Amino acid sequence: MCGIVGLFLKDKSLEPQLGDMLTDMLITMTDRGPDSAGIAIYGGDSKGKAKLTVQSDTPDVDFKKLDNDLRKEIDGKVEMTIKDTHAVLEVKASELDAARAALTTLRPRVRLMSRGESLEIYKEVGLPKDVADRFELRQMSGSHGIGHTRMATESAVTTMGAHPFNTGLDQCLVHNGSLSNHNSLRRKLRREGVHIETENDTEVGAAYLTWKMMNGATLGEALDSSLDDLDGFFTFVVGTKDGFGVVRDPIACKPAVMAETDQYVAFGSEYRALVNLPGIDEARVWEPEPATVYFWSHNATPTAQEKAA
Amino acid sequence: MQTFDLEAQGLRELNATLHAQATDTNQTVWDIVNPKGSHAIAVGLDAPIEVNVKGSTGYYCAGMNKQATVHVHGSAGPGVAENMMSGTVIVEGDASQYAGATGHGGTLIIKGNASSRCGISMKGIDIIVHGNIGHMSAFMAQSGNIVVCGDAGDALGDSCYEARFFVRGSVKSLGADCIEKEMRPEHIELLTELLERGGCDAKPEEFKRYGSARQLYNFDVDNAAAY
Repeated sequence: MCGIVGLFLKDKSLEPQLGDMLTDMLITMTDRGPDSAGIAIYGGDSKGKAKLTVQSDTPDVDFKKLDNDLRKEIDGKVEMTIKDTHAVLEVKASELDAARAALTTLRPRVRLMSRGESLEIYKEVGLPKDVADRFELRQMSGSHGIGHTRMATESAVTTMGAHPFNTGLDQCLVHNGSLSNHNSLRRKLRREGVHIETENDTEVGAAYLTWKMMNGATLGEALDSSLDDLDGFFTFVVGTKDGFGVVRDPIACKPAVMAETDQYVAFGSEYRALVNLPGIDEARVWEPEPATVYFWSHNATPTAQEKAA
Repeated sequence: MQTFDLEAQGLRELNATLHAQATDTNQTVWDIVNPKGSHAIAVGLDAPIEVNVKGSTGYYCAGMNKQATVHVHGSAGPGVAENMMSGTVIVEGDASQYAGATGHGGTLIIKGNASSRCGISMKGIDIIVHGNIGHMSAFMAQSGNIVVCGDAGDALGDSCYEARFFVRGSVKSLGADCIEKEMRPEHIELLTELLERGGCDAKPEEFKRYGSARQLYNFDVDNAAAY
């Protein structure tokens, strides 16, 4: 099964409550997947800074003086915020790649959850309620975010198998469904030089989008071509710095429901996830069409582009 | 009238209470408040009672219904009125996937749109949709009627048997072995009654009829490669 939630705020006054609203939505979806949970949250203006969110199974060891060690390797300040097994390292935007490279030698066991100017990804094995508590997700503010609760079908229940997956700078992907051609696609992408860490099907989907965009496709184009190249069942929700997008495979048996008001656009695997949002009784509620790419952005008008099945 | 607060009293108590109603119960009208998209609301009913759900429902609302009238004042999640035997289910809003799937009898009325796989494997139910229906609707439909006042999606009636489909708008594509058929007087008569039952403001003459070409019923050596 798996449960997905997403919230894109139009009303800035709701931004301090984003983490709280998204956490409630995610907890409602717990019985769709109790294995692991994660959340991607987009904060406000980055002011020339960028963030690496990293994870360690031994945070006491790995995060000890990590900011000091990293500062010696790159230009400018390093600010570290530790939250349980995760740490957010804030550096000058121009030093992001250098910081990422330095991390692999400084702390080889540390895993990269996300990189970007406004994106932070937190994910762990466990119930949404517990994961949200560990990372204090309710206290987070932001302009939009995506959450996922997982019922594993294709690979092991591990932190790296949890969603969201970081697909590129400030981009992430969550998935409900199962891809059936992920093994052949993984081999193909690895031959193309794309790094894929696990045996997880969604990671391959995320890597596929990353690879398409590395080769010049826009996110919309990458999602469009995913309908041709990915085999299996999927409802994808993707996040970018400016907004979020939704696409379902042409069979569309994985559920999806959306709601829109003047204040927000919300996504849920089920309507249950949306029932406590403000003004939901007056919201426009609908089911996204199969094989259609939807996108909402803070900087552009919403789009819904149908792709022939 | 009885009022039941689903949020306060819980799903199991709701369904147990409704199941306990005898055919000659005096408590004939039930209002369910705070449904909040919950699953399996008012399933397995078997008494001539009226249940009004004041809001939207999740999976499998009014499944396996017999005799009862279940009226959803909102939208319904996947599998509404699945395997209904008799009675009436009315959805004021939209219905998600596989509405009325495998239904043996009774009437399902959807005032908004129905999503994909509406009436899949239906076995005698009548489904009346004021709006549109999605792709793969009436897949392997065996008997009963679907009335669509709007449009139908891809692959309508794929591999269907003796069910009838009346569509007023466009059909994006017909499924394997589903064809357009002549509207004879008996079909106009049937459709007139269905439109009236569904409270539809449409004339039977505006509809086209679709059904099985009956070419998949028996083994045909020319199709051997397709089996």
